[in-house]
Amino acid sequence: MNTCAIRVIYKYEMLRAWDTMLQSFVSPVISTALYFVVFGSAIGSRIESVEGVPYGSFIVPGLMMLVLLTQSIANASFGIYFPKFTGTIYEVMSAPISFFEILVGYVGAAATKSFIIGLIILATAGFFVPLQIAHPVWMMGFLILTCITFSLFGFIIGLWATNFEKLQLIPMLVITPLVFLGGSFYSVNMLPPAWQTATFFNPVVYLISGFRWSFFEVSDVSVGLSLVMVLAFLGICLFIVWRMFKTGYRLKQ
Amino acid sequence: MQPIVSITNLSKTYASGHQALKNLNLDIARGEILALLGPNGAGKTTLISIICGIVNATEGSVTVDGHDIVTDYRITRSMIGLVPQELTLGAFDTVWNTLCFSRGLFGKKPDHAYLEQLLKDLSLWEKKDSELMTLSGGMKRRVLIGKALVHEPAILFLDEPTAGVDVELRKDMWALVRRLRETGVTIILTTHYIDEAEEIADRVGVINNGELLLVDDKHALMHKLGKRQLIVELDQVAESIPDVLLPWALDLSADGLQLSYTYDPHNTHTGINELLQAIGAAGLLLKDIKTTQSTLEEIFVSLVKS
Ligand SMILES: Nc1ncnc2c1ncn2[C@@H]1O[C@H](COP(=O)(O)OP(=O)(O)OP(=O)(O)O)[C@@H](O)[C@H]1O
Ligand SMILES: [Mg+2]
Repeated sequence: MNTCAIRVIYKYEMLRAWDTMLQSFVSPVISTALYFVVFGSAIGSRIESVEGVPYGSFIVPGLMMLVLLTQSIANASFGIYFPKFTGTIYEVMSAPISFFEILVGYVGAAATKSFIIGLIILATAGFFVPLQIAHPVWMMGFLILTCITFSLFGFIIGLWATNFEKLQLIPMLVITPLVFLGGSFYSVNMLPPAWQTATFFNPVVYLISGFRWSFFEVSDVSVGLSLVMVLAFLGICLFIVWRMFKTGYRLKQ
Repeated sequence: MQPIVSITNLSKTYASGHQALKNLNLDIARGEILALLGPNGAGKTTLISIICGIVNATEGSVTVDGHDIVTDYRITRSMIGLVPQELTLGAFDTVWNTLCFSRGLFGKKPDHAYLEQLLKDLSLWEKKDSELMTLSGGMKRRVLIGKALVHEPAILFLDEPTAGVDVELRKDMWALVRRLRETGVTIILTTHYIDEAEEIADRVGVINNGELLLVDDKHALMHKLGKRQLIVELDQVAESIPDVLLPWALDLSADGLQLSYTYDPHNTHTGINELLQAIGAAGLLLKDIKTTQSTLEEIFVSLVKS
């Protein structure tokens, strides 16, 4: 195991985030604050509470998920796409590193960044609304699993993308709608029955529901099912990425 | 002695369907400098990329120091340093950091003394804290060489190292290559400049259209294919070649002032003596005599054309 190589890739990626700190860490904070002003205060003052939770607090887990998903995917996809684009990837490919080690380095760094961003958002949210975390261990568990799973997903997109447009395509066309329709800002129970059924085909619903449960013990689906769904998605991503490297997909000609 | 790199029946067909390498066989000896010559698109970079693990071979195998490059990639890759053809460098890293990164990829801890020496050898020591994007093209090229050497490889691939490099730096580079060779490093370089291959290499391989046309000791190659010409400048215009000179198959220049005789300098009997006497006997007055030797370039062109 070339742990030294994993370490330098990880460190390099983390340094890159540090150099672009404004973009990496400050912009999620600003957008979170904006969401609170708009949804939490302006609209939230009319809604009061959802399933016994004040609306401002209710949206925190969904908001965190929204930012975590987009950031994990953006970080990880860019992290691997960029060296592919500039050609510097040759160095990683000609080094004595296994695919698994490359994966751990890049995905580990992207997941760490998302994790830090998640904590920052949580702290930011604490400024605006009263927060309680009923199950901190579950909360951390969901947080970490989400960071890893979607960083992995981003890594796949970064490998698959052959241009910048494709890099943006899936996050924009698939992820953003799924997150918005996944109950970030509302409870699924608030929808008409037909839409409720449709919603359960959205994997993000399970993610947000489980995550919200760890805060307030209210959920759209059982927390066990949420966990299974997250793990299943993680499994799918791992399988895809394993296939990709097995065949040298888009990395090796 | 076992070759350090052994390439057997290597073929590569890209996804586009283009066959870049065709059943190529080549052994590279330990400690030699091998120059690979070939026109654009010949397959030089493809060959190097396969050995380094950047491109998958379609068929055939490569061993490095007896280890297969696919199954024992950790061993083989740790022995190899690669300077790519393109100037591919990150923009915002400093010279020092990018070297530490490269070394780390090969599983080695930073070695301050070695890095310092390496940067000094490459005349980059003053630039160690500069961001890569602020460097000139030639400096970037040297950083790439530094990155390739930073893990102390036994084999160094230089893919067109002198493209866009000035005369001074080229000299430095060859000095470095020779120093490396003295320490036992095997060096494989590709170039379009035949004089370069002639100057620095021990052996020369010619690739065209994915095929290795030949690979031979540089001197043997010159010996085999290197013809020499004796050019005789005349004082007065000769209308035609006198009959007595016909056995030498001379060429008369269009202006009638130059006779040229092609011969093999390695023959014990070149025929020059008799030719000069016959010219005198034919009554032609000599103005000047010179000989020219065909360069690798001419050899190369004749090979690729045929
Ligand atoms: N990724 C690729 N996909 C498809 N074809 C490729 C790819 N890379 C190279 N080729 C083709 O393979 C052939 C050999 O290319 P290669 O880069 O090995 O040539 P080369 O000898 O290094 O040329 P040059 O002197 O211009 O660097 C060319 O015809 C090229 O178009
Ligand atoms: Mg090339």
